[in-house]
Parts: sequence; C-alpha cells; structure tokens
Amino acid sequence: MLQYAFKRLLGAIPTLLVLITLAFFMIRIAPGGPFDTEKSLPPEIEANLNAAYHLDEPLIQQYGRYLLQILQGDFGPSFQYKDFTVNELIASGFPVSLTIGGLSMLLAVLLGSAFGIIAALRQNRPTDYAVMTVAMTGISIPNFVIAPLLILLFAVTLGWLPAGGWDGDGLGKVVMPVIALALPQIAYISRLMRGSMIEVLRSNFIRTARAKGLSETRIILRHALRPAFLPVLSYLGPASAAVITGSVVIEKIFGIPGLGRYFVQGALNRDYTLVMGVVVFYGMLIIVFNFIVDLLYGALDPKVRYD
Amino acid sequence: MTEASSTLMASAELAEDVRGRSLWFDAWRRLRRNKAALTAGVLLLVMTLLVLIGPALSPYTFDFTDWDHVSEPPSLETQHYFGTDAVGRDLFVRTLHGGRISLLIGVVATLVSLIIGIAYGATAGYLGGRIDNLMMRIVDILYAMPFMFFVILLMVFFGRNILLIFVAIGAINWLDMARIVRGQTISLKQREFVEAAVACGVSTPRIIFRHIVPNLLGVVIVYVTLTIPQVILVESFLSFLGLGVQEPFTSWGALVNEGAQEMESALWMLVFPASFLALTLFCFNFIGDGLRDALDPKDR
Amino acid sequence: MSNNILEVHNLSVRFQTDDGEVEAVNGVNFSLAPGETLGIVGESGSGKSQTVLSVMGLLAANGKAGGKVVFQGADLLGMPARELNRVRGSSIGMIFQDPMTSLNPYMRISEQLTESLILHRGMSKKDALARAIEVLDAVHIPDARNRVHYYPHEFSGGMRQRVMIAMALLCKPELIIADEPTTALDVTVQAQILNLLGELRDDFGVAIILITHDLGVVAGLCDHVMVMYGGQVMEYGALESIFANPTHPYTRGLLRSVPRLDDAGASALQTIPGNPPDLMHLPPGCPFGPRCGDQRELCSHNRPVLAFAHDGHARACHVPLEELR
Repeated sequence: MLQYAFKRLLGAIPTLLVLITLAFFMIRIAPGGPFDTEKSLPPEIEANLNAAYHLDEPLIQQYGRYLLQILQGDFGPSFQYKDFTVNELIASGFPVSLTIGGLSMLLAVLLGSAFGIIAALRQNRPTDYAVMTVAMTGISIPNFVIAPLLILLFAVTLGWLPAGGWDGDGLGKVVMPVIALALPQIAYISRLMRGSMIEVLRSNFIRTARAKGLSETRIILRHALRPAFLPVLSYLGPASAAVITGSVVIEKIFGIPGLGRYFVQGALNRDYTLVMGVVVFYGMLIIVFNFIVDLLYGALDPKVRYD
Repeated sequence: MTEASSTLMASAELAEDVRGRSLWFDAWRRLRRNKAALTAGVLLLVMTLLVLIGPALSPYTFDFTDWDHVSEPPSLETQHYFGTDAVGRDLFVRTLHGGRISLLIGVVATLVSLIIGIAYGATAGYLGGRIDNLMMRIVDILYAMPFMFFVILLMVFFGRNILLIFVAIGAINWLDMARIVRGQTISLKQREFVEAAVACGVSTPRIIFRHIVPNLLGVVIVYVTLTIPQVILVESFLSFLGLGVQEPFTSWGALVNEGAQEMESALWMLVFPASFLALTLFCFNFIGDGLRDALDPKDR
Repeated sequence: MSNNILEVHNLSVRFQTDDGEVEAVNGVNFSLAPGETLGIVGESGSGKSQTVLSVMGLLAANGKAGGKVVFQGADLLGMPARELNRVRGSSIGMIFQDPMTSLNPYMRISEQLTESLILHRGMSKKDALARAIEVLDAVHIPDARNRVHYYPHEFSGGMRQRVMIAMALLCKPELIIADEPTTALDVTVQAQILNLLGELRDDFGVAIILITHDLGVVAGLCDHVMVMYGGQVMEYGALESIFANPTHPYTRGLLRSVPRLDDAGASALQTIPGNPPDLMHLPPGCPFGPRCGDQRELCSHNRPVLAFAHDGHARACHVPLEELR
C-alpha cells in the first residue's frame, strides 16, 4: 500500500513538470509585458523593473529559476499587487474557494449518489423519469445561467439570502454559490450512479445474493453499493477540475474573493507570476486530488493490486 | 465438453445468426421508440433552421442600434420580438446570430477534436506495445492539466479571435476521443467475432467494414452528439467571462453575461438567450443519450 | 404425493421483450422426493434454467411465472418477498453456472458465507465463521481456516465453484438447485465437482435438481431425468429407463449424438438436423416437430401432452412408440 502510494506520487512528477513548463512558456511567449500599460514609465525605470523581476535574463534561465523557486514552494512576488507575494494572495483566496468547492463536491456526491440509487431502484418508472429529467436539466443549464436566476429568486424577489459578497458571519452567503456550483455535478453523478447501479444489480453475484434470501436493503447497501460507487469515485478527479473551473464564474457572479477572481484579475492585468502561480497551484491540487481518488479506489476494489 | 453439448451449442449459434438483424436496423428501431430523443431531434432541427433563416425575417440587423427603442421589452409592434438591449440592438436577431456562432463553434471544434482523437487513438491502439504506452502516458499527463485555465490564458494573451476558440476547445476535447477510440480499437482487434471472421477466411476489408467500422462508428456518433453541447458550454463559459466572441459579434454565452447584468430591470435580456442555450444543450444531450441506448443493446 | 418436497404444477414463464412476448417455459410439471436427484436436460433455450430460476423467484425483471411451485406445502410463486427470503438460502440452496461472476468480487468469502448463517440461523459472527470453515473443509478446500478470508479472485475457477457449493450447503437445505454447475470448468475439475455433489447428497441426504446440457453429467449423478425442448417437457423417467429405452424422438436424437465407449465404431455420431426453436414463434404443434424425423400431420398443429405410462415413464409425443424409427 505504501509502496503503491509512493509509486503514484513518483508518477505525478512528470505531470507537474509538464504543467509548470506549459504555464511558463505559454505566458512568456505571449505578446505584451506586465508593465506595458504604464506607458509613462521612463526606459531606465522599466529596465530596473525588468531586472528586479529577472525579465532581462534569457528565457531558459528564467525558466530554471522559476522551477527552482516553485520546488521550494515559492511562487514569487505578484507583479500587480506590489505589496504581496503570490503565496500570500493564494493563502487569502484559497480558503474561500476551498469552502465553496469542498462543500459543493460533498453535496454533489451525497445527493448525486442518493438520487442515482433511487432512480436505479425505480428503473423505467415515474420516479426514475422524474429524477433523470431533472438531472438532464441540471446538466444542460450552465451554472452561470442558474446563478443569476437563483439571485433573482432568492435575493432580489424573496430577499431570503444575500445576493453575493463574503462579508459577515452568516451562513447565508455560502448557500447559493455552493448550490449553483454543485447542481451540474449532482446531475452528472446521479446519472452515473443510476447507470452503474442498474448494471451492478443485473450482475450474477447479485442474483447469488438474492438466492441466499438476503433482504433487498442488505443487497443494495452491502453487495451493490461498493461496486456501483466505483465509477462515481473515478469521476471525482474530473469533477474536481470542473468545480474549480466553475468556481471562476461563480466567484465572479457572487463577488466572492476567492482564487478564481484573482486568476481572472491576474489574467486581465498580465500579472505573470500571479497567473502562473494560480494555474500551477490548481494543477497541483488536481494532481493531489487524483492521487487521493486513486488510493480510495485501491481501498474499495480488492482486485487492484499494489504492484 | 461432450460432443452432444458442442453440437447443441453450434446449432444455438446458427439460430442466433438466423434471427440476428443488422445493428443499425435494431438501433433505429430502438431510437424511434425513444420519444424524448426524437422530440429533441425535431426541436434541434427547428432551432437550426430558425438560427439560419430567422435573422432574415426581422427588419433589423444584429449590430443595428435602434435609438428609439433602448432596453425595451418584447413587442410585436416595434418588431423587436425579444425586446432590445441596453444600446437598442434587437435581441431576437442577436440571439439567433449568437446561436449561429455557438452552434458553429460546437460543430467545428468537435470535428477538430474528432480528427485529432481518432488519428491519435487509432494509432496508439493499432501499434500497441511501447508506443501505445508512451502515447497514453502523454494523454494521462495532459488529462491532469487545468485546461480551462490555459484556454483563458490563450484568450487573454493572443487576442480573442474565433479561430483560436475553435483550436483551443478542439485541442482540449480530443483527449476523451483518443482514449475511447484506442480502447475500442484494441478490444475490437481481439474480439471473438473478429477472430472468428478471420478464422473463417473473411477478407480484411470485409472484416473492417462489416465488423470494426460499425462498432467504432456507434461510439463516435454518440461521442460527437455528447461533445457538441460540451463545446458550446465551454464557448459560452468563455464568452460569459468576456473572453470569447467579441463585439459586435455575439454568442449565447456573451448574451447571457449581458443579460445577467441587466436582469433586475430587463429580465428578457437574460431569459431569451439563456433559454435558447439551455434548450440546445438539452436537445443534444437527449439525442446523445438516446443514441447511446440505441447503439448499445446491453444497456436496454 | 404429499411426501414430495417440491411439486411444480403447470409452470409457465413468459418474458416481455421489445419484439413481443417470449414463451420460455410452458406447462411444466414435475415433483421431487426428499433425497432424490433430478436431472433436467436440454439445449440452450429449452427453458431448463428459467424453470429453476422461476422456482427461486429469480427471473429477470421482464419475466413472469405462472402456475404453482409448492415447496414443503407452500406455494413459492405467490409468496411475498419477505417470506420467500426465509426459504431461499435457508431451505433451498442454489449453485450457479459461472463461478467467476457469481461470487461478489468486492467481498471476502468469509462475509459472503457467514451472512446467510447470521440471517437464517441467527448465529453469532464467531459461530458462523466456524461453521463456514467447517463447510469449506467439507467441500475439500485446503487450508480453509486461512482461505476463508480470501477474496473470490484469489481462488481458481474450480475452487470458486466449491465455494459456491459450500455457500449453498451452509444452512443445511433440503434442496439444492445446481444450474449447469460444471459448464464453465475444465473437464478434470468437472469430474471433481460432480463427485463432490454426489458425496454431499449421500452424506447429507439433500435433494438435488441438476440442470445440464451434458448427458454424461446426468448419467453419473441422477435418479430421474427430465428432457426439455422449446420450454416443454419432452420426456421424463428414471435414469436407466431413459438411457436404455428412450421413447421420444428428441431424446433418441440426443443419445445418438453422444459418443459411446461400448460400441466404438459401430456407427458415426449423429446430429439433430435443424436449429433450436425460436421461442417467439413456437409452432402451434409439437415444438420439436420441424426437426423430428418421425413428424406426422398431427404434430404440426396439435401440441402433444406429457402422458405417464404405468412404470412412471412419461413422454410427450403423438407418434406411438412402436412406430418410432
């Protein structure tokens, strides 16, 4: 098990390298520098600035420097927010993003699995059709459409929840962003769960369990749930990426000071270090998440060998 | 196994052959019975026609500013059927125009990913061994990339042109296709019916066209119908962030973005483009689902 | 008659499919005395598996069983699930064809074995485990004490079938239904498993219904044989009687297609011409009619009924015995 974990970690290294390399060169090859907007800068000051940020060195040297820096866990200073390092910006934005993203994932897995199982047990009956139609709607309506509608209904019309922002202690500010972010994932997971549960319930070993006279509850919970959940578990890797991506628009719509907002701001301001830092950080997050999913999969499926 | 049993089994297989109908015939029969998919198909056809010829039915053009009717709700009298936006442009024409671009991007980018994916996946699956390993390792690595962010960077740094959107989105989605096609190629290469056909002396082209292509084609068709809505979604996501299609052109995502900002005073600006977007995605997903059920009899 | 543990009356099984209704089993009657072994023989699609699956209430969702299945005085077909579950696994054990997929790959053998003991016999976990090891020993699984904690994929095919058999035996059932228990196994392993079944029948006095398409398997183990074709019983009788004096053209055809050691070279093996029937479009008369060498005018529109002779031998055929070729 430990060996397996170690091997999986080693396997993540090339992924990480590719990630950093892609991010670095994509941004450096792009036209326009970080100080282009401040046109009034005298050439000597710009030269000084460039020197201070090592922008005057050859590209490959900058790359090496950046790589080394990241290995030490340092994303460098921000170009735009001059008093902050990228690490500080990530540290301030990430907890907010993690709260929303984590809660959304949790909600998606719990509700999605539950709906999927219910639909599977009522296959081709009204309950099934109802759940699946709602799920299809959830997949087809993007969250940047759902979010404004939620605001319109619950904030503007009913006045139950705040329309956005992250100030104050109330839990109300969390509700709508989390729901908007989770809805497509709930829909997706319930479809996935339904399909795999139906397939598992049709398998021979479930027939064996029935032949043993076990109750339907035990058959579903003890015999069918684990194998039926495995495809959902595999999907959690891509799901985390989707939630992270989705958080960018959700944070924008609800005015939440999370990492996604820094990213969009950074991109528009050509804040090289910030953008690269966020992309690499998100990339690492997805890698770590996939790693955890792999370990969980190994724990749930006895056929996975650790060699 | 005794002689009797093998005789019995052989005759059972013969019977299977006698009763067997073509995959496509069966698929079509199943699809025809799927009311949701059929309705979705008809709706999508209507939507496409509307998007293509609709703008010609209105006296306005997509970039015409009607200063007499700014931010006005839908009205037949002014012939602004869906109302006008904050600078007096006709929303009916803009919604349909945006639809053209959304659909175009959906189809073209999907084709791009299809071509890359099939070439890559089939090569890896066909060659097998070490090359396959390496090629799939590359796919694995790329899979773990937060691609949406790279696309956003591309848009920001290289200007926001439509061609780049095609390429960027197509370049993300080919990964899935490559995996699917590779898996299919490998499993088809060693499936019993192909081995049986080879053993019976069926010619190679016949094997490919009778056995492999129909099986591969099903997966590809399902993939395409399910990828188009994803691509439309990505494009509208980018446009929503203001990084996609640029003024005066528009797409559903961009219109939803404008609408969301005005929704408290001009709800129609959000409702019309959002409904068109959602309805289209809905239709594509239903058709894709229906096709998958129809082409994959095991999942009946 | 009342001392029979199982009586099946006019059993029918129908499936609703996309192409219409399929009649998989039609008007099947048979009974089973305690300790008796009945072999049900037929090719794929003869309805033999669906017959026993319907007895166990294990038909696929689109299937429906009609008639009566009386087990120890109670009709299983009309029984609510809760009551049926008290019979299944407790008084009737079932062994399936494919040991590779019939055990749950995600659970240890120990749990799959003990759960029915805990459920049906109210045993503690500890006692149940001890009993499970005991039964694994009985089916000759070496080192049962350790292996009981294995997952199914850690066993070979033959061993897995032994585990299946152990699972069926656990609660000391009065009846074991074995649906092609050896089909998926190697020939040498087949023999071992059949010997094991015979041993268990002798030791525990359990009644067995053995389903197979292999007449050799029947010959080694059964007291009675029921031959099915197209969802109907063609012939029924004691083992010796069926093998020595087959009275149905289909049974004769089956026997002629089995190689025999005692008259080697006497005649070439024969096959039955034609294909198994299409259950969707069964002929109105005898299902075997179209392939029968003795077919009469009557056979094509009148369905023969299973008729018992005085010696307990039964046949469903219009053609008088003397006139058969």
